[in-house]
Amino acid sequence: MPDRAAPVLDVKGLKTVFRTRGGEIHAVNDVSFHLERGELLGVVGESGSGKSVTMMSLIGLLPSPPAEIRSGSVMLGDLDLLKITPEQLRNVRGDKVGFIFQDPMTSLNPVFNIGFQIAEPLRRHMGMNKAQAKARAVELLELVGIPDAAKRLGDYPHQFSGGMRQRVMIAIALACDPDVLIADEPTTALDVTIQAQILELVKELRVKLGMAIIWITHDLGVIAAIADRVMVMYGGQIVEQAPVKDLFANPQHPYTRALLKTIPSLTGVREKRLQVIEGQPPIMTTAPSACAFRARCTHAFDRCEVENPKRHGIDRLPLGQGHDVACHWVAAPVSAETAHV
Amino acid sequence: MLTFTLRRLLLAIPTLFVISLVIFLLVDLAPGSPMSEIPLTVPPDVRRKMIEALGADQPVFVRYVLWLRQFFWVEPATLFDGWFGTNWAGGEQRILSWQSRAPVFTIIGQRIPQTLTVIGTAYLVGILIALPIGIYSAYRQYSLFDQLGTLFAMIGFSVPTFFSGTLIIIIFAVTLGWFPTKYDTNLHVTDWASFVKQLQQMAMPVMTLGLANAAVISRYMRSSMLDNMGMDYVRTARAKGMSERVVVLKHVLRNSMIPVVTVIALGIPSIFGGAIITENLFGVNGIGAALIGAIHASDLPMVQTLAFIFAVLIVSFNLIADVLYGLLDPRIRYD
Ligand SMILES: Nc1ncnc2c1ncn2[C@@H]1O[C@H](COP(=O)(O)OP(=O)(O)OP(=O)(O)O)[C@@H](O)[C@H]1O
Ligand SMILES: [Mg+2]
Repeated sequence: MPDRAAPVLDVKGLKTVFRTRGGEIHAVNDVSFHLERGELLGVVGESGSGKSVTMMSLIGLLPSPPAEIRSGSVMLGDLDLLKITPEQLRNVRGDKVGFIFQDPMTSLNPVFNIGFQIAEPLRRHMGMNKAQAKARAVELLELVGIPDAAKRLGDYPHQFSGGMRQRVMIAIALACDPDVLIADEPTTALDVTIQAQILELVKELRVKLGMAIIWITHDLGVIAAIADRVMVMYGGQIVEQAPVKDLFANPQHPYTRALLKTIPSLTGVREKRLQVIEGQPPIMTTAPSACAFRARCTHAFDRCEVENPKRHGIDRLPLGQGHDVACHWVAAPVSAETAHV
Repeated sequence: MLTFTLRRLLLAIPTLFVISLVIFLLVDLAPGSPMSEIPLTVPPDVRRKMIEALGADQPVFVRYVLWLRQFFWVEPATLFDGWFGTNWAGGEQRILSWQSRAPVFTIIGQRIPQTLTVIGTAYLVGILIALPIGIYSAYRQYSLFDQLGTLFAMIGFSVPTFFSGTLIIIIFAVTLGWFPTKYDTNLHVTDWASFVKQLQQMAMPVMTLGLANAAVISRYMRSSMLDNMGMDYVRTARAKGMSERVVVLKHVLRNSMIPVVTVIALGIPSIFGGAIITENLFGVNGIGAALIGAIHASDLPMVQTLAFIFAVLIVSFNLIADVLYGLLDPRIRYD
């Protein structure tokens, strides 16, 4: 890739397993993706598809035990986050990589005021003293649109509304000017108007600060509104990956197509009832040896039962740079003649 | 917060009045006479005169009102006079022990230091042992340390102090001979040697009560830590890159301490309750021993006063626990 700058984040072959009493759960199976500088990568998939576990694996946020990262590499610049010491990893967390969680009501510590909670990473990573951290905290609160910022530093989380708390969480995640911001369903717990405000805020901050963002959501509408590129996850794997326009215009994987049918259309007349995808997402007790989606797939054929499909590009671009899909039913461009035997 | 405290204090007054009345009547109804320890050879009219001299022949309500006046006015006034050399009490009669004819509060004043040094130390030691055990057990849940902590707590919970105390006496005093069997109340700490002696004689009662207290408090600490360890804000703290030390000992601990501090505050009056058994077992001449002695001698003023003091302590520490809760948890607002 001579014409491309190196990606900020490059994940290869990530495998995460939970060892529980009932056996192993293979939550992330050989996931590879990268994140360009300044890019917004959307991640969609049903509940349990491994979105959160993937992202938390990157920066060691999973409790271990039960979580165990079996293999892979996570390159942030030239640091492999899976190889460095816990102390080095802590230096990365909150500094180079910011994280926003789903539930703003419980994500802040109830007994410390928000001034303290914003100042913590500033003092830890930037070596600021109290006064500097305070000044920066005010700046950050203003940046995320909290009025009267200076006065609110002494307030406790319960004195803020849900939307305001999520803004505080964003301020914390952005405190040290991270290269990568990971947002794990940051608006799911908020009502629609607040959700729209937070989306606007993130769009605006992206332009201002230029960090790359990974945005996890169930909501394809949100993806359409903000993402540059989309990754669809199922059964702990990436089943389809494409620039956002391509994915919406030309979905390949049966699962993606089904997902797209589940969103209500705002424009057209409602000709059909909204569809649901029949069946349950799988719980992976072993590494996949067959297609994880086969039981719910209307196109499944015998090969799907015996071989886990690999990702292949449908546009002759290298994997991850164009549009790729992991499905036996979808023909790869090279083997177009042989796919439908 | 202030209005809350004041309101609770005002509410405590009628509560304590009712308690005092109930205590007074109950103790009065109990069988026994102040003369039961007087030899039978003393003739009946002498006995009657003695009873009259004690004021024990007065109807119960007269004695109650007199006692109230003495407890709430004469005794505080006497105390005040003692400090500032004033004369508020005006030489009025203080609450007298029927047994020894000495003012009840003078006796209590002599006994309290023994109780506080021995039982208070035991409580403090219990807390100091319990908190680290509870914190580490929770942090390393199901580890060997945690299992041992659980075993320790089970023992402390289920073995009554009169049994564990006896066992400790047999092991450390009788078999090993490390500590004296009997607590010497007259020992005064003046130099290093007497200090060591004091430590030696405190060791067994402190062990006995400390074990029991540590068992209870370590369990509270552990479960409170566990409750908080899985909270989302802990993940946030880790995501900010905070060290495990800060995550556990600042973020989690600060939240976990809220209920534990309450339990500790509520447990302080029980220092005096627990004292009754342990003091008798080890011969510590403290407030618990005074209570038992007074009960045996039907020394009603002493029993009533002590029982009421326990009640006041319990009510006060309930209030203190509530106030502490409000101070520690910013979400609680009392108004
Ligand atoms: N602590 C854990 N112990 C055992 N299994 C776990 C644990 N955490 C997650 N899993 C499993 O990992 C799989 C992926 O979960 P994950 O939370 O990543 O899903 P998700 O895509 O983020 O879903 P959601 O949209 O509901 O957040 C699930 O099957 C889940 O049961
Ligand atoms: Mg999730």
